[in-house]
Amino acid sequence: MSEEDMMEEGGTIKKFMYVNRRAPYGSIYALESLEVVLIGAAFEQDVSMLFVDDGVYELKKGQDTKAVDMKNFSPTYRALEMYDVEKLYVEKESMDERGLTQDDLLVPVEVMTSAQVAELMEEQDVVFNF
Amino acid sequence: MKFAIQVNEGPYQHQAADTAYQFTKIALEKGHEVFRVFFYHDGVNNGTRLTTPPQDDRHITNRWMDLAEKYDLDMVVCVAAAQRRGVVDDDEAKRQGKDATNIAPRFRISGLGQLIEAGIQADRLMVFGD
Amino acid sequence: MLHTVNKSPYEKNSLNTCLRLASSGSAILLIEDGVYAAMKGTSVAEKVKTATQDKKLYALGPDLKARGLDEGQVIDGVTVVDYGGFVDLAAESDKVQAWL
Repeated sequence: MSEEDMMEEGGTIKKFMYVNRRAPYGSIYALESLEVVLIGAAFEQDVSMLFVDDGVYELKKGQDTKAVDMKNFSPTYRALEMYDVEKLYVEKESMDERGLTQDDLLVPVEVMTSAQVAELMEEQDVVFNF
Repeated sequence: MKFAIQVNEGPYQHQAADTAYQFTKIALEKGHEVFRVFFYHDGVNNGTRLTTPPQDDRHITNRWMDLAEKYDLDMVVCVAAAQRRGVVDDDEAKRQGKDATNIAPRFRISGLGQLIEAGIQADRLMVFGD
Repeated sequence: MLHTVNKSPYEKNSLNTCLRLASSGSAILLIEDGVYAAMKGTSVAEKVKTATQDKKLYALGPDLKARGLDEGQVIDGVTVVDYGGFVDLAAESDKVQAWL
């Protein structure tokens, strides 16, 4: 069904951005916000995920949670593609502050400057924060 | 204006539940519509009827209930977050084999889809958290 | 866009990130512990004052009062609003970003 058909039927498509600013495991926000993204995928909105500040740590490779006895939910980021959530953006400044490069991340992302992130945020219809 | 309100924190622990309440109350008094108040993360704890706060301080859960009563407000507690934290209604008690319920009146337990729907239907999503 | 910042600039980096990512012409409302950043004479005052040059800065009056902060000592260019003003700001902007 084309976007126009969806709109005509009253099916709104909004630009949804999920803003991730927290490290994983130290708090539940990263995990529970991911759960929103997965459920939200069924609603076929125009979804982007933005990783800023400690949120970039959510995407770090090599998470091994056996010794802390918590669920390792990092593989879920690789599954996002299957849910048609493909627009993952990371702020360069946040990465640089934390000594991370794209090679450290477990999924392909688009790295943006702060100015680009600011512009991207302005383009959204709804922004979720956790 | 049609608002959707997301409350990420429990009563008393953080000011989020208070600020969310004040915002919602004033918005309604000003004649705006509040499509839904969605309680996520520890926010689900706003919806338990078992709290006994000190007599000389605000009763957060009762305050939400009174507001919902006055304006026919839809207050939804996220089922996944509620299961993790032990906020239970009759259906959940039956389904999960729990020997008690603790949901407060005027709150209902439902899925994350309710948050997404609120994001789609409302003009503004307000997020209150830590 | 309306940006809200609810944490103290000394507790979290939320104010810094907000100032870095808020576009020119945005509105920024300091609420809860975020109102500490509205006061003159702190180590972040200069940064906040600079922000008033191209953004509209606000602080939530009830939160200032609760914390014993004198409205008269708020940085020039930061407007104090009440909850009604908060609702108006949210209604007037096209969307709201909560920097938690």
